[in-house]
Amino acid sequence: MAFLDRAARSLFLTELVGGLALTFSYMFKPKVTLNYPYEKGPISSRFRGEHVLRRYANGEERCIACKLCEAVCPALAITIEAEPRDDGSRRTTRYDIDMTKCIYCGLCQEACPVDAVVMGPNFEFSTENREELFYNKQKLLANGDRWEAEIAQNLAAEAPYR
Amino acid sequence: MPKLTIDGIEIEVEAGTSILQACEQLGIEIPRFCYHERLSVPANCRMCLVEMERAPKPVASCAMPCGDGMVVKTNSETVLKARKGVMEFLLINHPLDCPICDQGGECDLQDQAMAYGFDRGRYGENKRAVHDKYMGPTIQTAMTRCIHCTRCVRFINEVAGVPDVGAVNRGEHMEITTFVEKAIGSELSGNLADVCPVGALLHKPYSFTARPWELRKTESVDVLDAVGCNIRVDTRGSEVMRVLPRVNDDINEEWLNDKSRYAYDGLKRQRLDRPYVRKNGKLVAVSWQEAFATVAAKVKGLPGNRIAAISGDLADVESQFALKELMGRLGSANLDCRQDGARFDTSVRAGYLFNSGIAGIEKADVILLVGTNPRWEATLVNARIRKRYLAGGVKIALIGEQKDLTYPYAHIGTGPDALQQLSDGTHAFAETLRNAKNPMLIVGMGAFQRADGLAVQAAARVVGEVYGMFRDDWAGFNVLHTAAARVGGIEAGFLPGEGGRDIHGILDGASKGEIDVVYLLGADEIDTARLGKAFVVYQGHHGDAGAHRADVILPGAAYTEKNAVYVNTEGRPQLARLAAFPPGEAREDWKIVRALSEAVGATLPYDTQTQLRQRLMGVNPIFAAVNAMTPAAWAPFGVQGAVDPAPFVSPVTNFYMTDPISRASVTMANCTEALAGAVGGPAQERTGTHG
Repeated sequence: MAFLDRAARSLFLTELVGGLALTFSYMFKPKVTLNYPYEKGPISSRFRGEHVLRRYANGEERCIACKLCEAVCPALAITIEAEPRDDGSRRTTRYDIDMTKCIYCGLCQEACPVDAVVMGPNFEFSTENREELFYNKQKLLANGDRWEAEIAQNLAAEAPYR
Repeated sequence: MPKLTIDGIEIEVEAGTSILQACEQLGIEIPRFCYHERLSVPANCRMCLVEMERAPKPVASCAMPCGDGMVVKTNSETVLKARKGVMEFLLINHPLDCPICDQGGECDLQDQAMAYGFDRGRYGENKRAVHDKYMGPTIQTAMTRCIHCTRCVRFINEVAGVPDVGAVNRGEHMEITTFVEKAIGSELSGNLADVCPVGALLHKPYSFTARPWELRKTESVDVLDAVGCNIRVDTRGSEVMRVLPRVNDDINEEWLNDKSRYAYDGLKRQRLDRPYVRKNGKLVAVSWQEAFATVAAKVKGLPGNRIAAISGDLADVESQFALKELMGRLGSANLDCRQDGARFDTSVRAGYLFNSGIAGIEKADVILLVGTNPRWEATLVNARIRKRYLAGGVKIALIGEQKDLTYPYAHIGTGPDALQQLSDGTHAFAETLRNAKNPMLIVGMGAFQRADGLAVQAAARVVGEVYGMFRDDWAGFNVLHTAAARVGGIEAGFLPGEGGRDIHGILDGASKGEIDVVYLLGADEIDTARLGKAFVVYQGHHGDAGAHRADVILPGAAYTEKNAVYVNTEGRPQLARLAAFPPGEAREDWKIVRALSEAVGATLPYDTQTQLRQRLMGVNPIFAAVNAMTPAAWAPFGVQGAVDPAPFVSPVTNFYMTDPISRASVTMANCTEALAGAVGGPAQERTGTHG
């Protein structure tokens, strides 16, 4: 009997048909792939992407040059120099992040007392050469201006847990 | 000798010791804000509360003297609760702006709040805000942070002796202020920021520039006066960010004067960072080889007596010693380290040292100042004299210019004639000196920088002999130098040799064309116009008077940029250590001399600093005893002769600018403008363009 069974399955190509049926059934199921970069997946409000330096609503930069992020950075990626600004407030004259050193641990944003340095939702900042990854204050502030809406939303969503 | 029990440990202490001091002897740490070892005890911060048996409530341990049979607990439940309560009250009006506060990271309040602070505030009302006060160009204020410990008020009144800071109003309205909105007229003002336990008083030049955790600390000595204060140089990268005092009870206790503390910004300006040679009347940057070759070509074949060397106020011992040996090999005996033109006998050590030591001032009962203004020439010696004055039972007298020295003194003469009257006993002050147990004489450079310097020195010696200042148990004869390099230069033998010219002879010779090459080792205070047509080699670190006149410039290292020995006015050799590297092509000074010796064909026999120091110790064993004073044996010195009755004049006319570093400093320029008038110096002339 076992012989007949095997012969019949071979004759009627049941396994082939079964396999193809599974294949064709996927044609009618919803797709899981995304058409990146035209489509993007959702990311957490805790996502640690590219750094930004934020401003207050009146345009004043938040960073007060306390250097806590520089101190906490385990990869020594942050360099800060500070001096009193003309109005007497404490401000940075230099705020550099070496994105090639950064390990995206997020300790800098944890340390920041004024939510100035924040890791935004942007993860698409590849460059054609290393030099472009040495971010200066101007670049970081421009990032902040660009991502402020998303970052503010993320921070608001995370506020109850901090 | 009361015996008490602290935390179950029995201890016997000297009568009058406070509980806090007894705890310190046992190694028990008591938190405190207002208590400071060198200031009076007001007991107003209440942080040092401890529990004492049979006392109805916790006691302030800083103000409670130990009594026999006391039983004290420092870590009980009650104590902890009391301290937490005090901390909460202190934090009610403290802004908690640590991230923008320069004290952040080294703040007593921050540290103690970690131990005794509550994790949230329970104070819902508005916090107090206080206007910031102007306290001059050295002190930055943020008075909202003040916790009213009054350390600053006590410091300025007690140690500095300039009652310019005080508290107005009471209770919550209390404010620390200057009277009224003026710069603090003290040379010790920088210490206010040091004693402040919070960030209310801060160093203005250091404002917002660095954090304590990113600074590299190097223990060194100060060279801007001859006291040799122990300092700590804080650097970030190659930049000196600040200078702080180190505790040394023999010299500066734990204070530092403003020039030594704030002149560091002069280290960044006017620096010589590469060799120069004058070509067609203009200084042109060249390589080291070319600079050496230029000097060698000039020196070649020149008889030794046509070469001379002068060392300046900031030169270290090694470079002076190496240059002396080089001059010896070139056959020249024309050397002098007394660029200020002082004339005094250097054959006997006792004749040019501060023999009693600075700490010895506290043992004196009569102090006679001769031709000196210690407040400007050696601020911390003056602070020590004031400390002695506050201890009571001392008589202080001055011969020379009348200046505010922060303590009262009798003005008993202006010139050397008063010294002669003292030595023959006809002066009214002679009786006081005769009755003194430990009389002290402090002779300043103002007494020696005159044509009759040697005779004045002899006259001072006679006064010392007559009144018993050269005893086995008491050395009361003191010379107060003004330059850090001077005693080191003398000890290393940087002095006119057999038949050699001294500073006056060198300058005369150069102006008359009898000297062809003059080597200036950082000598800037000489009259460069008198160098005549001589070929001038300047080795130093700042583009000051000497470099302007120079034909060849060899860039050297400043005191924060080399490992070097300096000898202070007491004759105490101390080590300055490298905190940052010299800029550009500049090199350590002894190495320059060593390299030059090879170029001129008189190679010096040492390749390392250790070899040089060993040779130095062989020449003069005092250099082997680092940080120690080698007592000077007594022998007659000076040349007795006629003295000129002209009054003594102090060599320091502007405390804030005495050397190339402080002259290049912006902070010192600001101080000169704001303060030199206030502390008795010439107020800056103001022109129509001043704001």
